[in-house]
Amino acid sequence: MAEKLHFELVSPERLLMDGEVDAVVVPGSEGDFMVLPRHAPMMTTIRPGVIHVSADEGDAKRLFIRGGFAEVTPKGLVILAEEAVDLAGLSKSDLESRLHDAKEDLEDAKTDEAQQVAAEAVKQLTQLIKALGS
Amino acid sequence: MPNLKDLKTRITSVKSTQKITKAMQMVAASKLRKAQVAAEAARPYAERMEHVLSGLGASVAGQPGNPKLLIGSGKDDVHMIVVATSERGLCGGFNSSIVRAAKQKIDLLVGEGKTVKILCIGKKGALQLKRRYGAMIIDIIDMSHVRQLRFGDILPISERLIELFERGEFDICTLYYARFKSALTQIVTAQQLIPVAMPEPDEKEKRPNLGGAIYEYEPGEPEILTALLPRNVSVQVFKALLENAASEQGARMTAMDSATRNAGDMISSLTLKYNRTRQAAITRELIEIISGAEAL
Repeated sequence: MAEKLHFELVSPERLLMDGEVDAVVVPGSEGDFMVLPRHAPMMTTIRPGVIHVSADEGDAKRLFIRGGFAEVTPKGLVILAEEAVDLAGLSKSDLESRLHDAKEDLEDAKTDEAQQVAAEAVKQLTQLIKALGS
Repeated sequence: MPNLKDLKTRITSVKSTQKITKAMQMVAASKLRKAQVAAEAARPYAERMEHVLSGLGASVAGQPGNPKLLIGSGKDDVHMIVVATSERGLCGGFNSSIVRAAKQKIDLLVGEGKTVKILCIGKKGALQLKRRYGAMIIDIIDMSHVRQLRFGDILPISERLIELFERGEFDICTLYYARFKSALTQIVTAQQLIPVAMPEPDEKEKRPNLGGAIYEYEPGEPEILTALLPRNVSVQVFKALLENAASEQGARMTAMDSATRNAGDMISSLTLKYNRTRQAAITRELIEIISGAEAL
């Protein structure tokens, strides 16, 4: 494909991706959509899910993102994600053992604060595993 | 005439102070690098956010039923001043200059007959404000357990601010912090958090040319705004605290550098004095021996 889409993925902590890609699939709050070069300007909120970034010839990247916004302008696509994790470096079994640990933490948590932290971890890992499975 | 032994003790004590300040300077320098990277990494997000928000804000401007976070509560009777300072001292004028700016604003507002509420992030600022404005401080948020600030750490703060705002506890919220420019200069900045301060509308060149196309919003504009505005408050607080952390380390590094230099000056002047005194004592002893021999 000759024409490229400028794609930026930013989280509050840093700029995660910045470059030219072929297409990006974004989990919008009202349904997944694919952004190709020359997409009409739009803006949407994002639900937790996986974005597929396809760059040169089948070199696809999958990242899990949680909450945020996507904005398409004639210049390109900008995703403001609250959190983003690259799925390439994760394995399902590893995540499941971490989920198991987190659940134990939740049961053992004594203070409210610790409980909150553990519950958050469980929620996040569950979402991740779901994302990885799909 | 100062006692030789006293001088010796003073020199040793100044030397050990110098060692401490030197070590603190080096620690601050390495922390500064980390804090600076973190602050710079957070900038793109905040910038994009501002950009998106200004576009959206401009397109809904003037419509009825806009969220209060965008347009304000329509009053300016109760002001919330958030003062972000450090948790530790020994960083030169860092905390004092933030507090000074906040104090000026508070005095001005009180003079105009407004109600002021203060929220302190970091205990050093709280200590300085307590004496005069103790009754206005609603809370002091202790951040000393946080080593490397993450986005999740500030969510409780911003959520609390938004909740207070929605309950009508205040009308305007301003955040005071020091923006990091370089290790030598930190700029005390006042930023209006609520209602959102819109960038100047002279952004024609910055706004992308849509080529006649219209933005599509999914779901509607109001829904996006209600999701975006609280997020924006969090992001601004996050950015401010990161900048503050970098500024603090910068200020500490400079302060400790000059302290080390002062200690060096002090050591050389004390050493000079010590040597003179020693010389004088030797001369005096010699005179005593010679005059004793002559008397024989």
